[in-house]
Amino acid sequence: MLEVLSGLLIACGIFLFASGTLGLLRLPDFYCRMHATGKCDTLGASLALIGCALYNGFSLVSLKILFIVLFIFLANPTATHAIGRAALVNQVFPWTRGPSPAGSNFGKEREEE
Amino acid sequence: MSMNDFFLWMSLILGFLVLVSLYRGIGGPGFLNRIVAINDIGTKSVVILVLMGLVIQRVDMFVDISLAYALLNFIGTLAAAKYLERKGAI
Repeated sequence: MLEVLSGLLIACGIFLFASGTLGLLRLPDFYCRMHATGKCDTLGASLALIGCALYNGFSLVSLKILFIVLFIFLANPTATHAIGRAALVNQVFPWTRGPSPAGSNFGKEREEE
Repeated sequence: MSMNDFFLWMSLILGFLVLVSLYRGIGGPGFLNRIVAINDIGTKSVVILVLMGLVIQRVDMFVDISLAYALLNFIGTLAAAKYLERKGAI
């Protein structure tokens, strides 16, 4: 029973990783890509690692794995926030489809670096 | 299909996903997309490390390695963001 549960958790984690990678490739703009990977990685890694911890049974090692999960839950959004803030400070504006909001050069053309 | 094979298959899929996100890491238009790709690869390799630890039945060693890897990945991303903010090199 425990193996089935941990296998299921790891499979869900891998699926979330796949969707994050898909978002990283297909989304048009830097912010969308960061948006996709930031969320999917955090949850994907957490589910996969909790699955590994479950499979490992109750021991100090599982506690360490759960600490990694806690760390990733705290660290990943912080890192994503830091990059996003750094991008916004450097005048990288989000990409908008169609006419941009009046009175601003807000994402006129697709952002080229 | 024992649990060992299952872990091997899962880490194989993760390895493939790392290659896919490496495409964005290399071809990413700018410096920013590359940081996001590297951050993505870092989180994936943490999970691959733990899975490999389970496969080789040496979990205690691999958990420490993956913990250190997660820490370093986080600090690297922060350093890149801080550099970007100060220097403004896109």
